[in-house]
Amino acid sequence: MKITELFERGEFVVSAEVGPPKGIHIEGLVEEAKEYLSGVTAVNVTDNQSSVMRLGSMATCKALKDAGLLPIFQLTCRDRNRIALQSDLLSAAMLGIENVLALTGDHIKLGDHPQAKPVFDLDSVSLLHTICKLESGEDLGGNKLVGEPPKFAKGAVVSPCSDSVDAQLAKMERKVAAGAEYFQTQAVYEPEKFIKFMEKAKQFGKPVQLGIVIPKSAGMAKYMNDNVAGIHVPQEMIDELKADKEKTKAGITGVEIAARIIKECKPYCQGVHIMALGWESKVPDLLKQAGI
Amino acid sequence: MLITQLKSKETIVSLVDGKKIFIINCQGCKEVHFPEKEALELQKELAADGKVTGSITTDYICNPENMKLRLEKHMDAIKAADLVLVFSCGVGVQTIAEYLEDKMVCAACDSCRLPGFQGVTPIEYDCGQCGECYLNLTGGICPITACSKSLLNGQCGGSKNGKCEVDSNMECGWERIYRRLEKIGRLDVLKCPTQVRNYATDDEV
Ligand code: SF4
Ligand code: SF4
Repeated sequence: MKITELFERGEFVVSAEVGPPKGIHIEGLVEEAKEYLSGVTAVNVTDNQSSVMRLGSMATCKALKDAGLLPIFQLTCRDRNRIALQSDLLSAAMLGIENVLALTGDHIKLGDHPQAKPVFDLDSVSLLHTICKLESGEDLGGNKLVGEPPKFAKGAVVSPCSDSVDAQLAKMERKVAAGAEYFQTQAVYEPEKFIKFMEKAKQFGKPVQLGIVIPKSAGMAKYMNDNVAGIHVPQEMIDELKADKEKTKAGITGVEIAARIIKECKPYCQGVHIMALGWESKVPDLLKQAGI
Repeated sequence: MLITQLKSKETIVSLVDGKKIFIINCQGCKEVHFPEKEALELQKELAADGKVTGSITTDYICNPENMKLRLEKHMDAIKAADLVLVFSCGVGVQTIAEYLEDKMVCAACDSCRLPGFQGVTPIEYDCGQCGECYLNLTGGICPITACSKSLLNGQCGGSKNGKCEVDSNMECGWERIYRRLEKIGRLDVLKCPTQVRNYATDDEV
């Protein structure tokens, strides 16, 4: 199933992210996803997230699909040129993977193989353009595909609380023009900023899923503030995480904060995308508290 | 050594369409081949429309001091123009774009690589000689060399406080491009078609 069909039906679409392991054993990930993500519509599989080498996104998507879940194939331009990207898109379609999230990808310097060659032959926008070309029955070089072309639900990302939000909106517009059908956002901790962003993003007429990262500790929040682009955790939230260390450690505070953000933003968006970062077990509780 | 090639006539004509232009030619640098004859012919045609406020031919505009001295004498004609059209390598265009901070500065040429050395100051303004100059879509800031990922279609999500995700001492190239286009009132150029880089060298295409 394509996730876009759900948006079209007016559903509030919940997705969650999982990161493949650095190894070949995937049973744990599939079991966890089945257990904790049953209330979630689609499961997003990261593509060597943060430029750290892991098991592939496509193989993991296939395993999740076989287990009865709806996978979203994240595809970045960091490690593949246009030939490999198109080939992987055809392979994914052959495996019955219908949802793709097109990303530029983090730079290689951020990961565990800083000596590698960064590719970036295409970027998120030209990748979306390329997917549309394939769907039209031609590859990027203008050569005809044999038989029925693939068809994907094409997602993209945007950073609504970025300090360059206007540049982000301009990029979002280019993604829409290139074929993006829905958006997931970077983690939001400032609902006011998100709501302001949505007022501007509305004009593009594409569904937007609010990005959520459950804050695990005050230290994590501070780390994100210093190092992660597009994220700012306000001081009150950091204080809240500091207040009761046991409660925070148990994940209760983080889930409360995340649920509050979802509730506040829900009227302005079309879904939520949860990046649990290992806290998948907290997702059912979060959804319950957020009233979804 | 590098070669500059005129962009196609249609590209240049649609770029200057209805606008008043000031023309700068950079010639006489031994490191760069310049298509003198073709450039002159094209400029004659442009001038015939009566939209050219002035033009100069100089050398080494990639040297900021030299460039400023030459441009100063023509400031009135430059101010009267909507667009400054530069016939030079990518370094030359970028040097002028930085100096004329309120003007749309466009490249009339593409720079293609030949092994060797380029211009005299390729330190601050770097041209990767990518073969299809994108400066007209970026307000005169090179996306190939100013962005760590050489992105052509806008900022990635990695910029924080205006700095690049790869190096917090480096300004995000696309932040600079956006601010520049904002300043000259030309954010509309960001609505251009999706750009896909062509890595084939000239004799392969
Ligand atoms: S876009 Fe940059 S690298 Fe390409 S020709 Fe222009 S200045 Fe040089
Ligand atoms: S942060 Fe800016 S300069 Fe760095 S890769 Fe992204 S867009 Fe390019």
